[in-house]
Amino acid sequence: METAIEIDDLVVARGRKHVLHGLSCTIPRGQVTGLLGPSGSGKTTLMRAVVGVQLVRSGTVTVLGEPAGSKPLRRRIGYMTQAPSVYADLTVRENARYFAALHGLPKPEADKAVTAVGLEDAAHQLVGSLSGGQRNRASLACALVGRPDLLVLDEPTVGLDPVLRVDLWARFHALAAEGVTLLVSSHVMDEAGRCDRLLLIREGRLIADDTPAAIRAATRQDDLEQAFLELIRTEAHA
Amino acid sequence: MIIATALRILRQLRHDRRTVALLVVVPTALLALLYFMYDGQPRAFDRVALTMLGIFPFVVMFLVTSIAMLRERTSGTLERLLTTPLGRLDLLFGYGIAFGLAATVQAAVATAAAYLLMGLETAGNTALVVLIAVADAVLGVALGLFCSAFARTEFQAVQFMPVVVAPQLLLCGLFVERDAMAGWLGAVSDVMPMSYAVEALQEVGAHPDPTGTMWRDLAVVCVASLLALMLAAATLRRRTA
Repeated sequence: METAIEIDDLVVARGRKHVLHGLSCTIPRGQVTGLLGPSGSGKTTLMRAVVGVQLVRSGTVTVLGEPAGSKPLRRRIGYMTQAPSVYADLTVRENARYFAALHGLPKPEADKAVTAVGLEDAAHQLVGSLSGGQRNRASLACALVGRPDLLVLDEPTVGLDPVLRVDLWARFHALAAEGVTLLVSSHVMDEAGRCDRLLLIREGRLIADDTPAAIRAATRQDDLEQAFLELIRTEAHA
Repeated sequence: MIIATALRILRQLRHDRRTVALLVVVPTALLALLYFMYDGQPRAFDRVALTMLGIFPFVVMFLVTSIAMLRERTSGTLERLLTTPLGRLDLLFGYGIAFGLAATVQAAVATAAAYLLMGLETAGNTALVVLIAVADAVLGVALGLFCSAFARTEFQAVQFMPVVVAPQLLLCGLFVERDAMAGWLGAVSDVMPMSYAVEALQEVGAHPDPTGTMWRDLAVVCVASLLALMLAAATLRRRTA
């Protein structure tokens, strides 16, 4: 299996507090890897390290064969932050077209991304006037627009209705089938089952890195939420 | 990418009609106020109004830019932009161009109103007045971009106005002639870029042809803007904690 992201002994500290404690893992290419864990466990920090905007104390992050944050990578990754980072005083279409222009792509590419997230009817609306879920989708469109090889999505499905959520997950898998690597964070366990692979983190430490089926088997729990609890319990005993 | 960024910023501005209206109307309205204050003293009005034509764009663009850049930071769009092929200087020059254009419109309207409606008289060319005003506005943009790096909230950003703008305003020669200041104040005034913008405007007011001093002053303002943009780029870190 080809590796897309390789993280080796990554330590991130904020002030004196360590956010990630020497985390190591590899993320395969062309799959949807879920990053699961409670709020404050270090998911966003890990994603920021992968896209190269996080100051790290030690350790290395290699993305698609290059050090994270290096210049050639910036053409190849799409990043969606947790809070929808789009311009509220632009329309959905204007936002997508701006991000397309930064990747040197023409306007139709941007419009395709807007359609892909189901916002074509709201394309002319100012993002500031949209609902939270729509705003999230506008932000997702801007991450999709550069046809990236790696998509890093921080809680992309928050506030979406269930139908749309299923749609988006289908789209993620379609992208993965084309060879795109996706790293998707969530704190909703029912989404974990939709991932090809799972990274479970808690308090800045990796407690599981496997396929959902293997995690279920290892913990003898059908429910991933229960499996997660079981892993925490074993960790506490160890 | 610079052009795409400048266009994006102008589009944002266009959607905010009230800001556009304020940008265009406020300097002219304040000039009108001066016009009525100096009723019957046309020479005094000429001197103050000319100086003001340089000061308004600087102050307004400083404020607008520092808030706009702060919004990029707090909304997460800056973080996202830094993961795209966009370079840091592309972003900063994009702001310089976009707000520079906005300042050109603002300065043109205010200057036209001052000359045509309020009878402002200068020995030199009107176009030079607009040119100097725009250079001063770009300086405001550059300093605003730089200062926004030190503000975490809007409250802090607004406080930078008295810190950065007020001393320049007080020492630029509007209230007390620069030659008449105490030596050390004169020295402080000499390192403040706005002093040069004001001096350049006074040169246009007094001489029919552009003088060497005026060109030198204009060059100082432009170099100061570039310097501030470089400093802004240096303080704009791709990786943050």
